[in-house]
Amino acid sequence: MAKYLLLKHYRGAPSPVNDVPMDQWTEDEITAHVQYMNDFADRLRNTGEFVDERALAQEGTWVRYDGEGRPPVTDGPFAETKDLIAGWMIIDVDSYERAVELAGELSAAPGKDGKPIHEWLELRPFYGHAPTITE
Amino acid sequence: MDEALLRSLTPAVLGILVRRGADFAAAEDAVQDALVEAIRVWPADPPRDPKGWLVTAAWRKFLDATRAETARRRREDLIDAEPEAGPAQDTDDTLQLYFLCAHPSLTPSSAVALTLRAVGGLTTRQIAQAYLVPEATMAQRISRAKKTVGAVRFDQPGDVATVLRVLYLVFNEGYSGDVDLAAEAIRLTRQLATAIDHPEVSGLLALMLLHHARRAGRTAADGSLVALAEQDRGKWDTRLIAEGVEILQAALAQDRLGEFQAQAAIAALHADAPRAEETDWVQIVEWYDELAALTDSPIVRLNRAVAVAEADGPRAGLKALAELDDSLPRYTAVAAYLHERDGDDQTAARLYVEAAGKASNLAEREYLTRQAARLNRKSPPHP
Repeated sequence: MAKYLLLKHYRGAPSPVNDVPMDQWTEDEITAHVQYMNDFADRLRNTGEFVDERALAQEGTWVRYDGEGRPPVTDGPFAETKDLIAGWMIIDVDSYERAVELAGELSAAPGKDGKPIHEWLELRPFYGHAPTITE
Repeated sequence: MDEALLRSLTPAVLGILVRRGADFAAAEDAVQDALVEAIRVWPADPPRDPKGWLVTAAWRKFLDATRAETARRRREDLIDAEPEAGPAQDTDDTLQLYFLCAHPSLTPSSAVALTLRAVGGLTTRQIAQAYLVPEATMAQRISRAKKTVGAVRFDQPGDVATVLRVLYLVFNEGYSGDVDLAAEAIRLTRQLATAIDHPEVSGLLALMLLHHARRAGRTAADGSLVALAEQDRGKWDTRLIAEGVEILQAALAQDRLGEFQAQAAIAALHADAPRAEETDWVQIVEWYDELAALTDSPIVRLNRAVAVAEADGPRAGLKALAELDDSLPRYTAVAAYLHERDGDDQTAARLYVEAAGKASNLAEREYLTRQAARLNRKSPPHP
């Protein structure tokens, strides 16, 4: 009963094992990849461990307060940013071990030649409730 | 409409359906449907016999649902077989439901969800909101849990300890969304205590009441945590404390000590002190020794180190702490506190910062960060 974020990066994570970019896959390979991701989410819905899944566009803007009465300052798009988050999945599981197991499975999505990408995913726990009984 | 009454009838109604021959999963769905209908219909048209109404409605839902898959003859057999359930059976049914919903084949999260729905009479939506997951996810979790226990015979005796662990988990989840899980855990533990006479059930109930009594003092107006020693004890609920102590004393008198009774005894000693300085730490250390012998939990020994520091001074506490694994949750927070008690503000501040980084919830992280900030202002770190 702990929530974890599985964070997928466009850039910034260490290189995956099967490092061929998607634009060099065959269409069938792309279809197989997308199917794997959808099946994975469906499986978690089925086990009652799914919370949320979102993908982020690559475009983005930095925004900052610029003082009373002034419009916020914007900067970007941030083409130079080294780390770019691509999307996330949130899961609700019974243990850290289960979260690692699921992240491992998600990282095995097929890429070029139908072989697992071995992509690095970032696994981050959410803060939970302060427990009532602590002493 | 009296939702508490409605929910308290849930296990008995479910038990009656199962005894009439409905399988547990289908009966549970039917009762849930009947509850939803009651919530809709009762406010305008309250029934004279709420339980009879629920049994009739749930049985009809069950027959409707099984019509498609059950042969007509079988259905007629079931209708002919309707036995009337007496109060004694209700109690047995309720107890069996607790056992089933906490069955060891279930994961903790599944057991919690199934208990809240089948025994607690909460709707799937309410449970989903309380645990901050989508309703569909919670529905799936409950449906799988029911499949998992599908083959378990309803009259098989269960283990009270597994039920108590589930109720403890619900209580410790506290309060989020529309459902007060702490209050719900207390209600379910009270109901269990009427179904079975067991000192650990009483021990857990006492533990919950004694902690619940302090709820108003535990958080400040802005939601931040208030340490036990700093709490305004005038905000504690003396009626709940008195009830908790009484239940605990009756349990201890049975002379079958268990971990929940020992934990409740510690909570009772805290509740018993009019001011923090008057806490009987020597007795608390003795109870921690009992608890450590019962559970061998490193968390217990961590809390014991704090009690030792209060009873015999911070050095003794630090010595007790040094024997423990420093990777334990809250180890660093305890170390920070003991160093502060020992007058070493700078070490304490450094450790509070480190502990804040390891906290498992936001309230605790903010609390620990505040402690570091307070000490840093008092004695700024050397450049």
